[in-house]
Amino acid sequence: MTGRFTPFMWFVFSVGGTIAAFLFPVHLFLNGLAFPLGWLDAPSYEALRALVQHPVTRLYLFVMISLPLFHWAHRFRYTLYDVLQLYHLGLLIAILCYGAALGGSAGAAYTLCNLG
Amino acid sequence: MSDLAQYTPYHPRWYRRRMPVLWWLKDRAYVKFVLRELTSVFVAFFALTSLWQLRALAQGPDAYARFVARLKAPIFLAVDIVALGFVLFHTITWFNLTPTAMVVRVRGKRVPDMIVAGSNYVVWVLVSAAVAWILTRGVK
Amino acid sequence: MPPTVMLEVSRYRPEQDDKPVFQTYEVPFRDDWVVLDALNYIKDRLDGSLSFRWSCRMGVCGSCGMMVNGRPKLTCAAFLSDHLPGPIRVEPLNYFPIMRDLIVDITDFLEKLKKVKPWIVRDQVLPLEKGEYRQTPQQLDVYRQFSQCINCMLCYAACPVVGLEPGFVGPAAIALAQRYNLDSRDEGAKQRLKILSDHAGIWGCTFVGECTQVCPKHVDPAGAIQQYKLTGALDTLKSFLLPFGTR
Repeated sequence: MTGRFTPFMWFVFSVGGTIAAFLFPVHLFLNGLAFPLGWLDAPSYEALRALVQHPVTRLYLFVMISLPLFHWAHRFRYTLYDVLQLYHLGLLIAILCYGAALGGSAGAAYTLCNLG
Repeated sequence: MSDLAQYTPYHPRWYRRRMPVLWWLKDRAYVKFVLRELTSVFVAFFALTSLWQLRALAQGPDAYARFVARLKAPIFLAVDIVALGFVLFHTITWFNLTPTAMVVRVRGKRVPDMIVAGSNYVVWVLVSAAVAWILTRGVK
Repeated sequence: MPPTVMLEVSRYRPEQDDKPVFQTYEVPFRDDWVVLDALNYIKDRLDGSLSFRWSCRMGVCGSCGMMVNGRPKLTCAAFLSDHLPGPIRVEPLNYFPIMRDLIVDITDFLEKLKKVKPWIVRDQVLPLEKGEYRQTPQQLDVYRQFSQCINCMLCYAACPVVGLEPGFVGPAAIALAQRYNLDSRDEGAKQRLKILSDHAGIWGCTFVGECTQVCPKHVDPAGAIQQYKLTGALDTLKSFLLPFGTR
């Protein structure tokens, strides 16, 4: 299992965790609380649509979605090993976790490429 | 789980304690650790809701309006508050642990942990302010 | 200050017990006494059958590690006054098999220490005429903290992964490996990385961080392991980018 795969995923986990640490609080606060509750004016559909057209924004969004998903995958995998003591299901858990992250990332890539 | 001492070929009567199923509830530090690890679930939650928002945006103004309306439902607001708490816990524990994982040396001397961690917080505030500005003032 | 304090001590006598039981003793309270003093009072005056390890009684030998009120401590450094009002619970170190009373088997730990090649490894040993290996204070400073380990195993008793995965090499052994990796005289980092780049090695660690919290010598094994993970990960990335490169 380890070889070169786990060290590489640990690195992705670290980058994803850093991205989540810096960006998620503000985005979650705005999108989840400030905008729905009207504390701040939400951007209009047209404004957001125009913002997302830009390739830099698309890259930002892809990185912001996919790397934290892999952060979750790696961390959750070890949580299942240690907290639920499911180490004997090692390979299955790894496939499910990283697979889910891969799926989410693919979904993000597909959506971002087909914004037209 | 048997309470009896485990028999091994070389050490017949040593007592081997079993790791209880809820081992992590036995110690405050372990509880904090598990809460920290569970922040990853809320990180994934927000990544996926962002993807959901993106897809709504891609589908057109009506779909997006429906998405925005859904976000106002009390259940979503409640989940978002909990998620924000966990995401902040992730940020704080992440920054506080950075100096342990990355030793920064300037001219042969180790930079104090508080400065390494502190600079993360400073960048975080700046980045958050920039994002907030872009999303509230920077777009019409 | 009370005149006496109660100690709840874990007893295990394989010849008569199925599992550990607690026995309570009343010992005098002195504000300069540590738990080790109380245990020695019990052995001298109350119950000579109590078995436990100790040696230097000053925090440098690493022999007297036990669980005091559920936390791994050196009993020679755990003041009775810090654990009032009592009863003070004394148990053998977590995650090790109990041989008798407060004595645990540490064979596993010693094997793990040996596994990481804790000595200077050199491709080319300098001939004697070349003199000593010289090292500046800055070079010493890079690994000095990790060389302070007294092998007391408190970190193993604090680390849940040690309890969950018996094969896990553990904090002290990995910190010791890193001590040699960072030593300017050593050339064995590649060998050690090969040994430890494994789920039983550095990748089993989930950075709970308790090992560093309990270490009486401030070795910071958690730091050693995370830094080692970064080295290992960068090494893996390099092997992707330069597959036939600098090996």
